[in-house]
Amino acid sequence: MQALADASQLAQLISEMGAWVDSKRQANPQRSFALVGIRSRGDVVAHRVAEQLDIAQVGVLDITLYRDDLSEIASQPTVRTTEIEFSLDGLDVVLIDDVLMSGRSIRAALSSLMDMGRPRRVWLAVLVDRGAEVRELPIAADYVGLTHAGDEHVRVLVTPTDEQDAILLGEDA
Amino acid sequence: MSDYAWPHRHLLGIEELSAEDIRFVLQTARGLEDVSTRSVKKVPALRGKVVANLFFEDSTRTSSSFQLAAQRLSADVLDFKGKGSSVSKGETLVDTARTIEAMGVDVMVCRHHHSGAAHKLATNVGAHVVNAGDGQHEHPTQALLDLYTIAKRLNRLDTFDFNGLTVAIVGDIAHSRVARSNVLGLQKLGAKVILVGPTTLLPGAFRDLGCELSNDLDEVLPRVDVVNMLRVQFERIASQAFPSTREYAVLYGLTPERLARCKSEVVVMHPGPMNRGLEIDGEVADGPNSAILQQVTHGLAVRMAVLFLVSTTHEK
Repeated sequence: MQALADASQLAQLISEMGAWVDSKRQANPQRSFALVGIRSRGDVVAHRVAEQLDIAQVGVLDITLYRDDLSEIASQPTVRTTEIEFSLDGLDVVLIDDVLMSGRSIRAALSSLMDMGRPRRVWLAVLVDRGAEVRELPIAADYVGLTHAGDEHVRVLVTPTDEQDAILLGEDA
Repeated sequence: MSDYAWPHRHLLGIEELSAEDIRFVLQTARGLEDVSTRSVKKVPALRGKVVANLFFEDSTRTSSSFQLAAQRLSADVLDFKGKGSSVSKGETLVDTARTIEAMGVDVMVCRHHHSGAAHKLATNVGAHVVNAGDGQHEHPTQALLDLYTIAKRLNRLDTFDFNGLTVAIVGDIAHSRVARSNVLGLQKLGAKVILVGPTTLLPGAFRDLGCELSNDLDEVLPRVDVVNMLRVQFERIASQAFPSTREYAVLYGLTPERLARCKSEVVVMHPGPMNRGLEIDGEVADGPNSAILQQVTHGLAVRMAVLFLVSTTHEK
């Protein structure tokens, strides 16, 4: 299986995302700031960025109940916990996901966030953008680590959810 | 992720569920529990679906719990009470259900005084059927919420593995679908079950299922991690089951003195509604060991999980 990034390159991508997140935070230092990662890889990335920048407010979002394809998807949806222990009202939030493809996960995540409060501003940061061709909704990321257009499936692997840190191309192992 | 897929289009009983199925429902409930704490207490998972509550037996709390669970998943709810309807005019269960199904219902939640009513429905309608209590047979969502409550109180939410736990179920075992469903669920998750009550209310058949049977509550209490007090069901038992309610309270009531015999962390449960001063003392029911109100709260999350899972099953 072809690798788009190995462990050190992935660490570099996350560190670059962190630098961008920090620029957003520093632009308005008086504002309350939070990171929210989408399960089940964006949460790990968000926690790593938070650790890098010493950001205390980090949340984890499970979007299963907001998916628009519950009656169509082939695999069993697994509902997991959403862990946002702070109020979102008035916050500046960076929403973090691993791969941006159709945009449907992001739509679901935004709906879920709005049900939990009213953030002042939400940005979207992703490690990999699969490109505009595969987009199904008018959604774009504010920060993209790398763009990989084409039909190949992109999988971001992060420990401890996965056994290694890498971005791989091709079908599921 | 594992290859596990929830395989049941109905929830008829705990008997049909594997340990893995039970753990999956409880894990799903865990993900749903926080919906009730958000500012918008609703998620869109079952938007556009219709859940019908078919209650042929009085039960305000269970039907309210199912109703709220369905509404928190954004389903529409049709509330159908057996009493005062065409059922009292002689319509059969299946005819009633088919009539309601013809209105376009996706899930039917059924409570009925006959054992097997939910199975009967499941074989005769196209909708998903959830058993909310059938006669003296099963009450699976009560058992699931009891299991969830035990896991939460005793810190087993990550595994839902009950190996090493001992649970006493006390009272009218013979007439109790709650006891039956609980026994099956507890054993599947690895717990040891002791059933306690007067011999007249303690069917020997449970011994064959691997339960310990006892008439001596005081001897059992120090050995258990959980004590589940069943309600004395005056409406179901004739007076010959025990000589007097006074005697029952003396022998099997959970009093503060009896609680003092238990482990300090013992979890006290009761499926409700309680007969205070009979099977459980008010002081115990309101005390720090009591998980009775948590059971009600968890019931909502567990019923949301069940409604969600049966209606998103992938039929093979």
